[in-house]
Amino acid sequence: MDGGKRTHAPHRREPTRAEAREELPSWGRTLLALALLGLLAGLAWAVLSLPRPAPGLADAVGARLAESGVSHPVTAVLLNFRGYDTLLELVVLLLALIGTWSVRRARRCAGNVPGPVLRQLPGLLAPLMVLIAGYLLWAGAHAPGGAFQAGSLLGGVGILLCLSGHSMPDWAQRWPLRLVALLGVAVFALSGVGVAALPSGGLLDWPPAAAKTLILGIELAAMLSIGVILAALFAGGRP
Amino acid sequence: MQALFWALVGMALVVIGLYALIVHRHLLRKVLALNIMSSGVFLVFIGLARRPAQDGAALAPDPVPQAMVLTGIVVAVAATGLALALIVRLRSESGRSTLDDPADD
Repeated sequence: MDGGKRTHAPHRREPTRAEAREELPSWGRTLLALALLGLLAGLAWAVLSLPRPAPGLADAVGARLAESGVSHPVTAVLLNFRGYDTLLELVVLLLALIGTWSVRRARRCAGNVPGPVLRQLPGLLAPLMVLIAGYLLWAGAHAPGGAFQAGSLLGGVGILLCLSGHSMPDWAQRWPLRLVALLGVAVFALSGVGVAALPSGGLLDWPPAAAKTLILGIELAAMLSIGVILAALFAGGRP
Repeated sequence: MQALFWALVGMALVVIGLYALIVHRHLLRKVLALNIMSSGVFLVFIGLARRPAQDGAALAPDPVPQAMVLTGIVVAVAATGLALALIVRLRSESGRSTLDDPADD
């Protein structure tokens, strides 16, 4: 949807292939390659000289896993022990979306014209992908999975629909789109502040009894937000 | 030892991406180079997470680096999307896909 008037570029000159590829002369590139090999050697030495046995956090996570509300350690770390990381990560996604929206308007999937196969594909795949996203969200409590994997599947549904020429209805592109994009951060932040108001509670410190419900609710909201934001980033601009 | 192997492969990816980032002028190639670098960093994290905590004992991998990689992937995707939007806007404004000084043309 390229409604606004397009600025015409003052000069539109394609760079030649050699120009586009490199700017350093060959001796400069050799020198650079040597310097980077030195860097690689330094990095390799740093890894090889790491202390053994590894002072990992696996034991610390395992010791408190029972209080986290989920039984899969990665989900426990993401949504409970290091909840700040995940909250701010959702904020980063939202900021990227705001940045993209302020830079340009979305075009109709880059002018992609779907063929007959692509037009039929979403009817088969999209329901299955939504189903698998729901499964991944649920499985995240005890197995690899969770909001991010499920959200990227939902984002894939959005991309598939966009590429196959199914555009969003106009009403959904206004406040519902923005509301769903905000949902993850909003639910996460409100729950985090809400548990801080409990007696003996801290910010983002889920009480063990309610942890599973809270984590599942946050993951559901985060999955929807991540899916919508990824699809909107693919569309590449403000609707 | 296998964990260290993957960490070393990840570092090689970081260095290859850094080389491409410096050498190429086209911004799309720079974004691709940054993505290769971040993949390398993720591989280092995943590889080092599999180091055995006690000698010989094959324990479950450390979940904290894995969770950080999951966070990192999402941040990398978001940064890539924003960078691509900026490149497209730069091209529609100036007709260029590089950051060269227009006076040089």
